[in-house]
Amino acid sequence: MKPRQAAWLFVAPALLAIAVFFVVPVAAALVMSGTDFDIYALADLRNVRFIWLDNYLQLLQRPLFWQALLNTLFFVVVGVPLSVAVSLVAALLLNSPLALFKGFHRTALFVPVVATLAAVAVTWRFLLHTRYGLLNYGLSSLGFSPIDWLGNPRWAMPAIMLLSVWKNFGYNMIILLAGLQAIPGEQYEAARLDGAGPLAVLRHITIPALGPMLLMVSILTMAAHFQLFAEPYMMTQGGPAQRTVTVLYLMYEEGFKWWSLGTGSAVAFVLFLFMFGFTVLQVTVSRRWGTA
Amino acid sequence: MRARLGFLGVNAALALLAALTLFPLAWMISASLMAPGEANNYPPPLLPTSATLENYRVLFAEHGLVRQVFNSLLISLFATLLSLAFNLSAGYAFAKLRFWGRERIFRLLLGALVIPAQITMMPLFFMLKRMGLVNTTPGVLVPWLASVVGIYLVREYARSIPDELLEAARMDGAGEGRIFLKVVLPLLKPIMVTLAVLAFMLSWNDFMWPLVVLTDREMQTLPVALATLSREHVQDVELMMAGAVITVLPVLLIFFALQRYYMQGLLAGSVKG
Repeated sequence: MKPRQAAWLFVAPALLAIAVFFVVPVAAALVMSGTDFDIYALADLRNVRFIWLDNYLQLLQRPLFWQALLNTLFFVVVGVPLSVAVSLVAALLLNSPLALFKGFHRTALFVPVVATLAAVAVTWRFLLHTRYGLLNYGLSSLGFSPIDWLGNPRWAMPAIMLLSVWKNFGYNMIILLAGLQAIPGEQYEAARLDGAGPLAVLRHITIPALGPMLLMVSILTMAAHFQLFAEPYMMTQGGPAQRTVTVLYLMYEEGFKWWSLGTGSAVAFVLFLFMFGFTVLQVTVSRRWGTA
Repeated sequence: MRARLGFLGVNAALALLAALTLFPLAWMISASLMAPGEANNYPPPLLPTSATLENYRVLFAEHGLVRQVFNSLLISLFATLLSLAFNLSAGYAFAKLRFWGRERIFRLLLGALVIPAQITMMPLFFMLKRMGLVNTTPGVLVPWLASVVGIYLVREYARSIPDELLEAARMDGAGEGRIFLKVVLPLLKPIMVTLAVLAFMLSWNDFMWPLVVLTDREMQTLPVALATLSREHVQDVELMMAGAVITVLPVLLIFFALQRYYMQGLLAGSVKG
């Protein structure tokens, strides 16, 4: 067999799988979002009617849709910088020449990333318990009054954010650590000779050198944050007062609880638009600031 | 003096961060060994007064969790094998074989990464329903057939294989299939391990798609079963923690054993931007 023909045999299975189970469904979802696809359509396709943009227009009129959008944006806008900041601090600590047991600490800080989300979410649900949770116990010993983390509309999303930062900061920490290790030592040496303190070194050498990597890390983190679903599903079921209904949670409920697959697809495309828009925005802003 | 303060500060901060990070997991294990009701006390106990495996016994004997452990293992093993089969050959071809449109197709694949996979869920569910694959193992496995990130990882790694090696094998009259099996695969061993570890752990931890596709309890994976159980047993902290331990244990063991390969995959895969 000629190498050229063989090449097609090598790539064909993967390309076919991606075409059938990804490309076609994406296109089908776009079509579906323009129909009233529901449980009757699941049984018989003749029950589908085109309603064009109606699903989208109806979404815009539903308070729950706006609430879900707001909740998700809150999680993204506050959660992403928080998560990246913790990752950066952890990476800086691990990269410090003074740090002991680096291998152990690196592994310890990374473990939550590989732990199954469903398992750690039930664990956190109990740690966040108002009366018997260890978090409130710790806070009360510092003199704070107990917080109803998952029952108070104001605190439920911050509580999920706490879990999310704990679960995910290790991932970016490893990437940023690799970036820190790539900064040549002479740069630090030169800065120190110029009399720069640790904060000045961080601001004028470390952060600029990490710039492109910080951009990449925050884009990936943002994409993951927009897809928040399992945490509210496990911990709050969208409550209290719908404050933890995210866009993806809304999609799940529309599509697989109420079987409005048309509406669900429309929600999914709105999510995609937001993710895309925010990525473009982030790249543009950081270009202007000259970090990328 | 300043140097000593810096040394203390860095190491104290690092130790505190590590302790805070490990604490929830340690408490999960500790609470799973407590007697029923013991965790719901004030002040909340850190350790069981006398450790017991009762919760594990109840999970297996009364809730039949063996079934879900088996489901999870089966699905993750299949997902790993599928990922290896599809991504190794494709990644190698994209790196080393010439064919029409190679670069353009690859760029399209990378571009597709901006589309969140959840968009496909509703049409995919309909498709699988038509094929009779809802609530079956093949149904959950569909997204694990080939992945762009998997192809990317293999391609990056396979690029380091010298062309002369492949040419020499062709001169000796070896066919392309034989070259792939006898020359290329042995060289790809490290990335094979990386790919296998990633596929196993990602499919084990996956939540949303199994939740959608597996409707019967008998078919569910551990994370989904844990979600169902925890809604029925809101008060049974100790029982749920035992379930959580069973769910995370396999991935943690694999991670500790093959950490190096996992980290390599993470660093290589994150460059995709």
